[in-house]
Amino acid sequence: MITDFKPGMYDDVGVAPELKGLNLAEKPDGPGAAAMISAGVGIFVLGLLTTTAVISGTVKSFLLWWEWGQGVGPLAGKSTIAVIAWLISWAILYFLWRNKDVVLKTAFYIGLGLGILGAIGTFPTFFELFHS
Amino acid sequence: MELNSREIWTVIHGLVLGTLFLLAFAGGLAGLWSLRPGLMTTAGIKERMGRLYVGAWVMAAAAWGAVITGTWIVYPWYRVNLSTVGEDAYAGCAELILPGQTCSPRDFLKSNVSGNTEAWHAFGMEWKEHVTWAAPILATAAAFLIAYYGPRLIARPWLRAAVIVMFVGAFAAAVVGGAFGAFLNKIAPIV
Repeated sequence: MITDFKPGMYDDVGVAPELKGLNLAEKPDGPGAAAMISAGVGIFVLGLLTTTAVISGTVKSFLLWWEWGQGVGPLAGKSTIAVIAWLISWAILYFLWRNKDVVLKTAFYIGLGLGILGAIGTFPTFFELFHS
Repeated sequence: MELNSREIWTVIHGLVLGTLFLLAFAGGLAGLWSLRPGLMTTAGIKERMGRLYVGAWVMAAAAWGAVITGTWIVYPWYRVNLSTVGEDAYAGCAELILPGQTCSPRDFLKSNVSGNTEAWHAFGMEWKEHVTWAAPILATAAAFLIAYYGPRLIARPWLRAAVIVMFVGAFAAAVVGGAFGAFLNKIAPIV
């Protein structure tokens, strides 16, 4: 899935000759894959925290701590931690893959799968199944 | 004809930023859709891509603005507990037809004093407040991909389709927020 970046993998000008005049340099796919997967990570963490806050009072109390007295409730922790997870995972993957080629289809499907799981976790009919 | 500060923030959150998001989405989707081989000249690509970069980043910025103002400014007014008196959690909502000084919108919906309204909170607000945070994440990732690959998207239909999926995913999450926000503000407005 991950290989060193080698220009020549794509024939962009062959597919779209109008690009020739733009003299586009080829770029590694690692940063693109990092963006796809990390977006899924952020949404997955959002859904995971939404559901676990219903299951665990300890998690809910921890999430409440993030509201800084603003009255936002556990949503403050869920959203802030999800955004932090997204940004950190993006930064790490970007750093690791900035000069690599990564199979974009695989990266996209990983991100999509994580995103779908996260979206399910935010759906009330689902997370209320765990309400004690 | 005037708006109080809470109404102004509600307008900024939903109407101003929401509308900006929708406009940017519509333009961005049309731009992405037409990035196909053989449709544009080199000069046309340059002109089109500039607009697409701006539209995608504006959409992401509007999504961030909407969720941050919604969560940290408007939502606390919605969820504050005002109605509890002694053992009665919804005493302050008794006989009200709209939320007020002794009954927040959440108190009002959960109290069922004006019909069967609890599900608007338990389903509508609970879904809206969580899933809309997916919108700025997806919109930012899509904007990054558009900026990173630029005109190369024309020659790579699969990648362009993947970006469109993320773009539409951001829109879908925002639609849940926008639609339920509009309904909730109709049934239990923030005053």
